[in-house]
Amino acid sequence: MDTKALENKAREHRIEIIQMIYDAQSGHPGGSLSAIDILTALYGYKMKFNPKKPDWEDRDRFVYSKGHACPALYTVLADHGYFSREEFKKFRKLGGMLQGHADRKWTPGVEFSAGSLGQGLGFAIGIALAGRLDKKDYKVYCMLGDGECEEGAVWESAMAAPNFRLKNLIAILDYNKVQQTGKVKDIMNLEPIEDKWKSFGWRTIVIDGHSMKEIVSALDAAVKDGPTIIIANTKKGKGVSFMELNEKFHGKAPNAEEYKKAMEELNA
Amino acid sequence: MPEIATRDGYGTGLLKVGKNPNIVALDADLSDSTKSQEFGKAYPERFFNVGIAEQDMISISAGLAASGKIVFASSFSIFSERAFEHFRNTVARPKLNVKLCGSHAGFKTGEDGSSAQCIEDFAVYRSLPNVAVISPADAVETEKAVEFLASYKGPSYMRTTRAKVPVIFDSNYKFELGRGVVLKKGKDAVVFATGPLVHEALKAAEELDKDGIKIYVVNIHTIKPIDESLVIKLARETKAVISAEDHNVIGGLGSAIAEVLSKNSPTQMEMVGVKDTFGESGTPEELYEKYGLTSKHIINAVKSAIRRKSK
Ligand SMILES: Cc1ncc(C[n+]2csc(CCOP(=O)(O)OP(=O)(O)O)c2C)c(N)n1
Repeated sequence: MDTKALENKAREHRIEIIQMIYDAQSGHPGGSLSAIDILTALYGYKMKFNPKKPDWEDRDRFVYSKGHACPALYTVLADHGYFSREEFKKFRKLGGMLQGHADRKWTPGVEFSAGSLGQGLGFAIGIALAGRLDKKDYKVYCMLGDGECEEGAVWESAMAAPNFRLKNLIAILDYNKVQQTGKVKDIMNLEPIEDKWKSFGWRTIVIDGHSMKEIVSALDAAVKDGPTIIIANTKKGKGVSFMELNEKFHGKAPNAEEYKKAMEELNA
Repeated sequence: MPEIATRDGYGTGLLKVGKNPNIVALDADLSDSTKSQEFGKAYPERFFNVGIAEQDMISISAGLAASGKIVFASSFSIFSERAFEHFRNTVARPKLNVKLCGSHAGFKTGEDGSSAQCIEDFAVYRSLPNVAVISPADAVETEKAVEFLASYKGPSYMRTTRAKVPVIFDSNYKFELGRGVVLKKGKDAVVFATGPLVHEALKAAEELDKDGIKIYVVNIHTIKPIDESLVIKLARETKAVISAEDHNVIGGLGSAIAEVLSKNSPTQMEMVGVKDTFGESGTPEELYEKYGLTSKHIINAVKSAIRRKSK
C-alpha cells in the first residue's frame, strides 16, 4: 500500500506537537515525536472508530499508557475530528480540555486517564476481557514506553494477558531508548526485551517504528492467536536533531531559538 | 524575598549530609525533578537509580536500612504512594531508617495536571504508626529538615513542591521535629499553615492588620507528631482556628488539628485546603485562585471564624 499520505500526515503532526509544547512552554516533546508515526498509522489506517460517537460500543480502543506524551495523541484525535485544533492553544492551560496528561474525563477520544506509568496494559486487559464477555470483535491497542517497562505492574499485566488467552489485545512498545534521566540501557537494561515478552507468552513482531511500511504491515499481522506485542525500535525526539536521543527534551519545552530550529528542520 | 523551590532545599540538604559515608540515596528516574541528582553526582557509588520502579525502590531502601544504612529515597509524592503498602509493611512496621521524600505535591505542581497533583499524602502517611510526616515551608527549612533527618532514627515522609516559593527563614533557623513555629503573634484568630500556604498566611496577616485584625501565623512543618500543646494553647487563647494547606481538607493538617481540639478544647474551625476534588492543568497561581488556596481565601476564613465565635 502507498504510505506516502500517512508519512505526510505524521510530518504535519510533528510540527503541531512542537507548536503545542512551545505555546504551553511545558510538556513532553521527546516521547511524542517517537510515538507519532505509529499513532498516525493506528488512527489513519487501522482502527475503526467514530469521532461523532466517541463511546460507540464497537470501536477499537487505543490505550495510551505513556500519556505524558499526549501531544502526539491530541494532534491525531484533532485530525480525525474529535475536537478542534483550536484546543491546541489551550494545552496545559486552565480551562482547556487538553490536560497535561491524557485524561478520559476531559477529552473526547481519550480512553485512558494516564499519568501514572505501568497501569495502561492492565486497563487494556480489562477492556479486552469485557469485549470477550460482550461478544464484541473490537481490538484493544496499548502503547507502552520503554522506561515504563521498568514498572513491576507491566510484568503483572504481561503475565495476565496470555493467561487469559486474549486474542484481541495488541501491545506496542515505543522502544525509543531514553527515559527521563538517561538511556534505558544505562539505568535499567531491558534486554533481551523480545525474549522477555516471548517467555511471558506473547507473540512478538519487531519493527522500525519510524518506517510507515513496517508499521502498517505489523498492524496487519498483529491480531492472531494470543496477545501480540509490536516492539517498535524508535528514537526519542525523532525528527528534531537536537532532541533525538536527548533526555533533556523528555519533559521540557523548546525555547524561542530551539523552536525556530526545530520548525526549520521539520520544514514547517 | 528570593524564591526557591523546596525540592531545591532537598537537593542541597542531601548534598550536605552526604558527607556521611553511611548515607545512601535512591530515586526512581526522577532525580532531576526531585533534586536528589545533586547527591547522585557527588556520590555516584552511594546513589541508586532503580528505574521507574517505586515499589522496588522502597523494598531496596528497607534492605539497605536493615543493614545499617541511613536511607533517603525520593520520587514524586504521588508515585511514592504507588509503594505505599511497601512502605507500610516493610519500612514502617519494623521502624526502619528510611526517609522518604515526595516532591511535586499539591496544586503547586500546576501544568502537569491532576495525575501528579498529590493531595492526599498527609492523610495516608499520617495514618501509619512510627512515621514522622514533615512539610517544610521554604527551601531553608527543607534543607534543615534533611540535616535533622540524617541523625533522626526511624521512618519519615517529607513532601516538597515543584514551584518556587518565597524564602522565609534565614540560615540560623533550627528545625525541631514536632514543634510549630510562631511566625507572627496575634489575638483574634490563629492560622496554622503548612508548606506553601505559610507564605499565603503571612500575606493574609499583613492585609488583616490593616483592618485591625491581629492573627497568629504558625508554621506547622511537622504534620505528625503534631504540636498538640501549641495547638491547644492558641485555640484557647483566640477561639478562632484556621488551618491552611495545599492538600485535601480530608485527612490532612486540618484534620490533625481537629483531632487534637475535639479531644482537648473543642473550637470552631475553618479549613482552607482542597475541597475534596481533583485538580486540572493550569499555572499554580491560577489553580490556587480557582481552588481557594490564596491569602484572600485565608482572609475570608479568618473573618468567618471570628464571626462565628462572636455568635
Ligand atoms: C509511576 C510513575 N513513576 C514516575 C513517573 C514520572 N515519569 C513520567 S515520564 C517518565 C519517563 C518515561 O519514560 P518512557 O516510558 O521511556 O517514556 P518516553 O521515553 O516514551 O517518553 C517518568 C519517570 C510517572 N509518570 N509514573
